[in-house]
Amino acid sequence: MAEKYEVVGHNERRVDGTALVTGKPVFVADLPERPGTLHLALLTSPHAHARIRAIDTARAEALDGVALVLTHENTPDRTYTTAGQGYPEPSPYDTRMFNPKVRFVGDRVAAVAADSLATARAALGLIDVEYEVLEPVLSIDAALAEGAPLVHDEPCPDAWDAEHNIAAYSEAVAGDVEAGLAAAHTTVDVTIETHYGQHVPIEPHVVSSYLDEHDRLVLVSSTQVPFHARRIVGRLLDVPIHRIRVIKPRIGGGFGVKQEILIEDLLALTTLRTGRPATMSYTREQEFHASRTRHPMRIRVRLGADEDGTLQAIDMDVLSNTGAYGTHSLTVLSNVGSKTLPLYNLAPDVRFIGKAVYTNLPVAGAYRGYGATQGQYAMEVAIDQLAEALGMDALELRARNHIRTGGTSPIFRALGEGREGVEQTVSSCELEACIEIGADRIGWATKRGRRHREGSWVHGIGMSVHMQGSGIPLIDMAAASIKLNDDGSINLDVGATDLGTGSDTVLGQIAAEVLALPLEKVIVTSSDTDRTPFDTGAYASSTTYVSGTAVQRAAVAVRDQLIAAAAEMLDADPTTLEVASERVSDPDGDSVSFEKIALRALYGENQHQIAATASSVPESSPPPFIASFAEVAVDTDTGQIRVLDYVVAADCGTAVHPKLAEGQIEGAVANGIGYALVEDLAIDDRGRPRAIDLGRYKIPAATDLPRIETILVDSYDPTGPMGAKSIAEIGINAPLPTIANAVHDATGIWLTESPFTSERVLQALRAQGSGSGTG
Amino acid sequence: MRVSFTLNGTVTQAEVPPGTTLMELLRGLGAVSVKDGCARGDCGSCAVLLDGRAVTACLLFAGQVEGRQVRTAEGLADEVGLHPLQQAVLDAGGVQCGFCTPGILMAAVDLLDRIPDPTEAQIREGLAGNLCRCTGYVKIVDGIRDAAAMLAATGRTTDGEEAGDG
Ligand code: FES
Ligand code: FES
Repeated sequence: MAEKYEVVGHNERRVDGTALVTGKPVFVADLPERPGTLHLALLTSPHAHARIRAIDTARAEALDGVALVLTHENTPDRTYTTAGQGYPEPSPYDTRMFNPKVRFVGDRVAAVAADSLATARAALGLIDVEYEVLEPVLSIDAALAEGAPLVHDEPCPDAWDAEHNIAAYSEAVAGDVEAGLAAAHTTVDVTIETHYGQHVPIEPHVVSSYLDEHDRLVLVSSTQVPFHARRIVGRLLDVPIHRIRVIKPRIGGGFGVKQEILIEDLLALTTLRTGRPATMSYTREQEFHASRTRHPMRIRVRLGADEDGTLQAIDMDVLSNTGAYGTHSLTVLSNVGSKTLPLYNLAPDVRFIGKAVYTNLPVAGAYRGYGATQGQYAMEVAIDQLAEALGMDALELRARNHIRTGGTSPIFRALGEGREGVEQTVSSCELEACIEIGADRIGWATKRGRRHREGSWVHGIGMSVHMQGSGIPLIDMAAASIKLNDDGSINLDVGATDLGTGSDTVLGQIAAEVLALPLEKVIVTSSDTDRTPFDTGAYASSTTYVSGTAVQRAAVAVRDQLIAAAAEMLDADPTTLEVASERVSDPDGDSVSFEKIALRALYGENQHQIAATASSVPESSPPPFIASFAEVAVDTDTGQIRVLDYVVAADCGTAVHPKLAEGQIEGAVANGIGYALVEDLAIDDRGRPRAIDLGRYKIPAATDLPRIETILVDSYDPTGPMGAKSIAEIGINAPLPTIANAVHDATGIWLTESPFTSERVLQALRAQGSGSGTG
Repeated sequence: MRVSFTLNGTVTQAEVPPGTTLMELLRGLGAVSVKDGCARGDCGSCAVLLDGRAVTACLLFAGQVEGRQVRTAEGLADEVGLHPLQQAVLDAGGVQCGFCTPGILMAAVDLLDRIPDPTEAQIREGLAGNLCRCTGYVKIVDGIRDAAAMLAATGRTTDGEEAGDG
């Protein structure tokens, strides 16, 4: 599709690229410290479940340099959710700034603001806390057990059933799944279990705050959701929204963990109480302990198919562990079904039932993939098991069943974001091509089922297919403003939040394309609640599709104004005019430059500002699709898995910036491989994560990964800006099932519990009798 | 205590409390390309060159650079433009959030200085101490390989000097 466009589809120089490679002060922590800045340190609970009987801050307050100590005794008692979602948030209001009851190791107990970080940290040691330790709830089963201790024993009206530790419930039914399964020729029944993982942005959460010259509160935050942050902080602290400004500069990765209002409230309250600037960055340890994680889940999938492999019934039963608070509990849960089940839309009988339970374990939240990661692991392993049971090739079974352009699924309507979804038909799907191209590149025909052995290592290949969405239909909203400058350049102001994906560049490209401008003439300003129009933020794979549509509309409106002005100047019929190369031309070849048009509009005749603002609320959420393939080697002596080759063929519609799009897949797959094989918070029997640093929580280094190859398949979505859909999340869903299926191809074992550690693999090999111990 | 050293070619003196790390010293002097991703030697986002070799600045004390040469990402570009590594990593798509980028560039300068024509495995080995959560490394590796080719084609070293006989 790239040939159609001058800027879109081309690997343009990133608008922030030079600043980033030269190390300019563009991140929150790089901004010069304001005089009198207070540094915050946080005291967190060492217990998984305890009541604070008494807290004495007198000694801490008396320490020289300490300005403020915050606890539950002197902060608002209001309930809220830390989930940075649209209003009203579909997450239960079960959280307080500080709470007399702590619910996980890492829960807030107190914060100290002092002249220096060293003083603030020293003061933490002077806070005396008397805890009444309570029996903790340390697993899904414990949470659901009869007579289990209650994580939330206070009134929690918008949790599903806090009196039984249930934060959220979701279900969707089409047809009669039990009858469908009973009538099926072949059935499979698979249960998978996933573990705690953390996002690990290399830049931790960091926020600075100050009062501006008008005594308005300014928060400079590494957030994915500046507008939600403003609203949630304002409501929590009872500050009118017009007294708050949130600015997001460059941020060092988010992956969902910065879709939480984790520390903005602490900085805001400190600055409001003291009048002084304040700053705080999570330590890496807090990032593991006191932040957010991926929901561990247990998912049972039952499939029923005809003799020819056509799916007749799909049943999915989900138990999700949301940890101590229910942030994103309902929406991640419903996403397990809504982003998994429509992929196989032929089955008339489908049922989805899910519960998210409270435990005294780390709080789960939004994490790239957002439930699809867990759901598609279960589904794609089940599909491979079904293929085996039917004696069918795994590719053929998927090809027979997957959704196609024009297809729909009852699930689109039944399961939305905490409410009913939106009916939709798939407006573009190139999954068939993805499967074909990926299979060809990995060598499926020659390698699958061969179990090629080299010493103790045995090789296998596996695959899986995936979908996601592009924004949240009828909920997300984005706006963009464009104005023309004297020299024919434009300002593009967007509320959209570039969390390191390059979306400022992508949105700039869309504006440049419509207006026939080079990208250098587009000055992109984003994510400042004072300066840019509203946008729900960077989540749900929304920015290119939802914000991109707003940009496209604003650019079209500005183009129309340019044409109208040019028509006056050229004395021509506007309908005959063309825009190209920063000029407007009539059919006779007479033309005027944007600069001339701008100068006339600003200083000459018929003076006015050429400018437009436009919004976008998507009516559908066209799924991107990928086919993922890997070759693995398994050491049958040690159980170690090595990923030797990884290929993803992706349909993201038009790739506005192909290298950035490939980079989204590569980064997501790398993260997914880490999660599948080694990354683990490793919670001990008292609810404490053993992972407290990057030495103990290993994310993949360059030497741990194969060269991940991305193939962008030709695709065009008629509903997207210049044919674009999304690509940011989908890749992370692939490694769990792709690797599990490849390990099965190599060894015959099914890996249904993550992570796939050597011990677990070895155990499965021994159980099957193919480990070194038995032969 | 007082430290004097050369920072990006400029003789620099600073007064710091004892126990100050090199990362704190450099950031305090405005070299904010030196990023704090973990403060304990695990992530490499604070990597700088100390007498030409990449080190993690969070693990060194300020006093340890007394009389020595320190180079950070601020010292890579010159009047003419970006350093070939900056250019190539950017063009290859190796920058997403960019938080790891300065550290990776410094590790890459060290690498190409030692091994001007590295294989993919050698590049990955050279980056083993630098964590990137965004890219999956593919495009960073490509950028470093492209930079090596650019440097070889122009006969320059990673310092921007003409390569000598040695
Ligand atoms: S900050 Fe120095 S290695 Fe992470
Ligand atoms: S680009 Fe974000 S950590 Fe490397």
